[in-house]
Amino acid sequence: MRNILPILTVLSAILIIWYLGAIWMNSAWTLDRAEGPLTLTEIVQDTMTQDRPRLPAPHQVAAELYDTVIDKKVTSKRSLVYHGWITLTSTLAGFILGTVVGLLMAVGIVYSRTLKMSLMPWAIISQTIPIVAIAPMIIVVLASMGVEGRAVPKAIIAAYLCFFPVLVGMVKGLTAPDAMQIDLMKTYNATPAQEFWKLRLPTSVPYLFTSLKIGIAAALVGTIVGELPTGAVRGLGARILVGDQFGNPLMIWSALLAAAALAGILVSVVALLQTVVMKRMGFAQ
Amino acid sequence: MSSVILAFVVWAAGSFICVRIAQGPGHDTTAARVAVPVLFGVTILAMWELLVRGLEVSPVILPAPSGIADRFSGSATVLWQDFLQTVLKGALTGYIIGCSIAFLAALAIDRVDFLKRGLLPIGNFVAALPIIGIAPILVSWFGFDWHSKAAVVVVMVFFPMLVNTVQGLADTTQMQRDLMKTYSASYWQSLVKLRLPAALPFIFNGLKISTTLALIGAIVAEYFGSPTRGMGFRISTEVGRLGIDMVWAEITVAAIAGSVFYGLVVLAERGLTFWHPSQRS
Repeated sequence: MRNILPILTVLSAILIIWYLGAIWMNSAWTLDRAEGPLTLTEIVQDTMTQDRPRLPAPHQVAAELYDTVIDKKVTSKRSLVYHGWITLTSTLAGFILGTVVGLLMAVGIVYSRTLKMSLMPWAIISQTIPIVAIAPMIIVVLASMGVEGRAVPKAIIAAYLCFFPVLVGMVKGLTAPDAMQIDLMKTYNATPAQEFWKLRLPTSVPYLFTSLKIGIAAALVGTIVGELPTGAVRGLGARILVGDQFGNPLMIWSALLAAAALAGILVSVVALLQTVVMKRMGFAQ
Repeated sequence: MSSVILAFVVWAAGSFICVRIAQGPGHDTTAARVAVPVLFGVTILAMWELLVRGLEVSPVILPAPSGIADRFSGSATVLWQDFLQTVLKGALTGYIIGCSIAFLAALAIDRVDFLKRGLLPIGNFVAALPIIGIAPILVSWFGFDWHSKAAVVVVMVFFPMLVNTVQGLADTTQMQRDLMKTYSASYWQSLVKLRLPAALPFIFNGLKISTTLALIGAIVAEYFGSPTRGMGFRISTEVGRLGIDMVWAEITVAAIAGSVFYGLVVLAERGLTFWHPSQRS
């Protein structure tokens, strides 16, 4: 809690810089239209209220957000709640898929030296490939295989970004028990399955949650990337795309802030889950 | 049909050899470490080739590796031009500028505890955001050429780099800092001789994360407008024209560029943080 004051200070500094930037960047357009010389107050007033500003002022974005989140019905195509929901479902689908794949690969890699030697280098290389290059392809391939809509391709892209942090974190977590603990299991004559369920898996839980927090943020990035370049019409990424095509900066900025809020909520939910689970399991907080 | 059967034969043989090497006596040698993943990759490629031929998959859906290789060598000049535009001009410029600014900002923040407590949580939060969404905004601000791509990359790499550097600079123990004080070391001396070296593993972590982000940023930004060259431009237009083999050739370029870029950073890390436990084995 002692961080509240510094955070608020930094946030207000960002807000002030934002306003100054808006005045500076929008003033060119104000001066272009001006018929006579303007006073400073008139310039500032005009930069705050343009319809298509180069950089919208924070209160304009807030008004647009209020309009599209609260005022519109959630079923409306112009409601950000509607688009956020589309993005959220794909994110969660991709997150679950990516987590499952990451978990399975981690277990395989921890238990099989062959898998570790053959899979791990490729998992690392897979992350150096910019996924966006593959995103349009995935959509083409799935469309030709008869998968309708964009929910599945988006989820696959999200899973692609999400599986790696889970894999790395879980490999670390599953190998975290030290030799002493593994020896203890041996003296109990525990089977490999018992060793896994009673020692390795519980030990890996803190690592798992750390990876899940990174993974869910990555899944959201993946979904939005999947919505950006592909002519999607629904979802927060599509709102950004449409806003760009219609030259409507307010639409882009409100969609961006909505995406940021969504990321914040998702990470907080995982963090909350972490606190609850860790407390139940008796990890010292 | 026979190619499909052959594909599974290749698969069985490949995995058999991989298992033999991995379980065999020489599994700790460098040769085995290289051979197993390479063999794995070759097996996958061979299966891909054979399955595409055997099942007669249309090249519009999934071209065979040989087709992609043909296209790759056939369009070398175009690919090189796109590589120059996207990777060297867009991604690399932005990467260098963004990482340097973030590094300097981290040094500044580190001196003021108040700023550190305020910026670190926000930086952590921003690093998790889909920042890529600002690409259209920056493209409309800085124009279609590579400057806007570099700007997107600067913003994308800034926060991961900042957060990692600030954390790294805090990664010294009280005992170590006290020792520097007993030597009556100045701020700069203790920074250069103690805290920067201690921060290097964190800094390199930030640099490594940023390599991928830089390529993603540069490519995505091109979807929102670019001159008639660049990897993102080529991919989006070729997908529209169903030139899927060209898209795969670009993906190959992206994969090679990404891996080499990452590999170079790893090499630099090995050279500079050879003392760190994670580098000694």
